[in-house]
Amino acid sequence: VTAAAGRRGGPLLGGDTRVITLGLELFAHTCAAVGIPVVHVDWTPPAGGDPRLADLLSRVTDETPCRSSS
Amino acid sequence: MPCRAGDVEQMLWNFVWKSAYHDSVTLMRLTRDLEAVPGVGRAAAMMGTPQNRALLKDAGLLGPDGEAASPNDLLIAVAADDEASARAAEAAVRTALTARPAPGDRHTAARPRSLDSALRVLPDATLALISVPGLYAGAEARKALAAGLHVMLFSDNVPIETEVELKRLAIARDLFLMGPDCGTAILNGVPLGFANAVPRGRIGIAAASGTGLQEVACLFAAAGEGISHAIGVGGRDLSDAVGGLMMERALAALARDPATEVVCVIGKPPGPSVARRLETLARTLGKPCVVHFVGGAEALPAAGGVIEERHGFAEVLRASGGVWGAISGPPMSLEDAARAAVALARGEAFTSVEFTAPAPEIDRLVGDATRGQAVSQRFVRGVYSGGTLAWEAHGLLAATLGEVAPGVTGGGAGHRVVDLGEDVFTVGRPHPMIDGTVRREWIEKDGADPSTSVLLLDVVLGYGAHPDPAGELLPAIEAARHRARAAGCRLAVVASVCGTTDDPQPRAAQVARLNAAGVIVMPSNAQAARLAARVAAKAGRG
Repeated sequence: VTAAAGRRGGPLLGGDTRVITLGLELFAHTCAAVGIPVVHVDWTPPAGGDPRLADLLSRVTDETPCRSSS
Repeated sequence: MPCRAGDVEQMLWNFVWKSAYHDSVTLMRLTRDLEAVPGVGRAAAMMGTPQNRALLKDAGLLGPDGEAASPNDLLIAVAADDEASARAAEAAVRTALTARPAPGDRHTAARPRSLDSALRVLPDATLALISVPGLYAGAEARKALAAGLHVMLFSDNVPIETEVELKRLAIARDLFLMGPDCGTAILNGVPLGFANAVPRGRIGIAAASGTGLQEVACLFAAAGEGISHAIGVGGRDLSDAVGGLMMERALAALARDPATEVVCVIGKPPGPSVARRLETLARTLGKPCVVHFVGGAEALPAAGGVIEERHGFAEVLRASGGVWGAISGPPMSLEDAARAAVALARGEAFTSVEFTAPAPEIDRLVGDATRGQAVSQRFVRGVYSGGTLAWEAHGLLAATLGEVAPGVTGGGAGHRVVDLGEDVFTVGRPHPMIDGTVRREWIEKDGADPSTSVLLLDVVLGYGAHPDPAGELLPAIEAARHRARAAGCRLAVVASVCGTTDDPQPRAAQVARLNAAGVIVMPSNAQAARLAARVAAKAGRG
């Protein structure tokens, strides 16, 4: 994941919520209906549908240290 | 290449569209479109995973072409009278997919193909909501955590070792991993997954239980209260194997949150070591806290000896100086937990409730329900879409009626409860809150059984759920009643509606539709289960 960079999310509670959905598109519709920013990923099984390879690939990540504390 | 479709007089066609992935809700709609084509009998649209191919094989719908499909391929299986009908069915799928929302839709304006490209569109995203098939869910969650996003993992069928690994990774990165199998959450007023439109307020929820969270949140709304946040942690979080990793984090966040005045913890009975830890956390939270574990009678001993079982909430509350109460069911209920949290928020005394309606009204309902029933009609049959609600009903029925078939898989010849949201019923299909096809089959089957006195149902509203759950179930209820009448029986139906006034399917309208069809609607799942138990007990006595 080349775009990885520490913690983007900020604290879970008390701030704004901006969502990326992967999978069921109806959950993106819900976010849009309540007016929060959302982007839906047109997801397909990665690694040609091979779950083991997908798992291995997901471990090849940017290890940028995260910011501390909420 | 067509071949004979199972044991029916139709031929089978399999069409495989390479690299055409679609989610389970889209596939459900495509299946309906296929079956509506004249000349088509059984049909299915599924991704070509080994699991789905096995399902199709069992159903007699897998041909040689389909056997070669891969997980990224759309497999369209059609049993049809002739080739023209089969081709028309394939064309119907093409038409339906072409009619999907146009790219002009606000949230679909950009359709990135990966998390990485989505982050370029929404670089300040805070959370990933992941509902891809379980086989791939762990990998996607790991990527999201690495990218610095909180994760709500809706997907089920994720191995418990993966759950522990992901939760440890989340903690190391100062993030939340809610799930897997986390069906609902409301964060900062934003409903995620299956969630109800609940007003914002002062009660915070931390739950290892999807419909348990929804039930208490809706009861808060009905009582005129609201929630600060509702954090789902996943159904296995309280097991000793996971160790309550996210529950601990959720409680810490709610303790710090200035909008949260009272905390309500909901879950199935925890493992012994987690129960001890939870008790300490609740006692030292610094805010009033109610803890309620839902479970069938056989699930109760798991927490025995640590968190006090079967105590009236009021006694425990007094013993702890009024800030901490553990109320475990049965006979206590999610409704008791909600009432307790409301009482704590208002500084009022808590009172448990069996029924909110006066006793004569309950007697009248039971009398009406049992009038005209045959002597064979003795049992409660619970047909549920919500797992926690099913377990709560199971426990309450067992507390009143004694013997209820163990578990919530619908087995046994006596009183029984089935949770159709269990993994075994959802392979290759959407959750029953989204699509009630399987539930309608169970309602018709169990309702028409001459030994059924009363059908017990949950109707769960909210974002993500079916647009008209009552309307979806009523034809099946009517069909069951018709078949019961033909057999000289009279079927009673008792339900609860988990929802709010502001839900996309307003609760009052759903209740009115059910009432008009003769369904008795109770104010909570617990009251519905208790009433069903009364009906069956009276019917059993003749």
